Amino acid sequence: MLDVLSQPWPWYIAGPLIGLMVPALYIFAGKAFGISSSLRHACAAVLPSKAAYFNYNWRQKGLWNLIMALGIVIGGFIATTLLANPNPIALSDATITDLSALGLTNFNGLVPAEIFNWQNLLTPVGFLMLVLGGFLVGFGARYAGGCTSGHAITGLSNLQKASLFATLGFFIGGLLVTHFVYPILF
Amino acid sequence: MTTESTTTEAPVLRATGMLMYLAMGIVFGIILTKSEVISWFRIQEMFRFQSFHMYGVIGSAVLVGAVSTLLIKRFDVKTLSGDPIEINDKPYQRGYNQWFGGTTFGLGWALTGACPGPLYALLGGGVSVIAVVLFCAALGALAYGYLKPSLPH
Repeated sequence: MLDVLSQPWPWYIAGPLIGLMVPALYIFAGKAFGISSSLRHACAAVLPSKAAYFNYNWRQKGLWNLIMALGIVIGGFIATTLLANPNPIALSDATITDLSALGLTNFNGLVPAEIFNWQNLLTPVGFLMLVLGGFLVGFGARYAGGCTSGHAITGLSNLQKASLFATLGFFIGGLLVTHFVYPILF
Repeated sequence: MTTESTTTEAPVLRATGMLMYLAMGIVFGIILTKSEVISWFRIQEMFRFQSFHMYGVIGSAVLVGAVSTLLIKRFDVKTLSGDPIEINDKPYQRGYNQWFGGTTFGLGWALTGACPGPLYALLGGGVSVIAVVLFCAALGALAYGYLKPSLPH
């Protein structure tokens, strides 16, 4: 059993399971599935703030979301220890060729070890990708009113125009970085 | 993720309820990790249109989510505790915040190779520097909270 679970899960298993998070959360808890609001709740919980955006009862509205985020951390730990896949990710040859051309050599693990490390934080590339990148994820998700889970999964599942535009925005931004910023960056 | 949930909550959140959210988070974290969608490499593969994997995951997730949402509405499904399920519309004004915010998010998505759910999973997966990314994401949310009144929505 563990052997099977330890293999990478194909999209047609993982995708439907992620989709089921939507009704599961509605039925078990009456909540709309989404993750990025945890960032807002964390701010509201930690900082006494004058901004109206953070003035609400975060325990009542957001504690569940923060607990779920903690669960995801634990899930990530379980999946990379108990259920670890010993082999590198089976990326397409084209991607490996493209990323090699940018100078990446290590394709093991979940993230490029050459960039994602503490020493790299203060280099221009590391700062841009990790510090600025993180900031943009948080800022953009809250500005758009959701991230890939809240808009691209839950919102699109509910045929929301707002979610369609937000998701198109996600891809516009991602394509800009991938095809115009990375060639300059590396 | 919207949290504009208007579901009424018992004044005292029960520990069992919180354990359920924890369990759902754990399951979600395992799925995200085992399907490799938390991989920076997979996100690059997606934005380069070089594999169907990410599109398959997102597409089938939306399909299953949409059919489920439709069935919940159609049959007026109740929550386990018997309350009606409120499925709220995503607030929409002129679309400026979806386009500007969405594109901003996309820039960060490709730079970090992760959206918020995967960031949590990567942290649990032992990529410790992700703590900095998450902290900066929270700073981004904080900045938005302060700038919200002066941004176009």
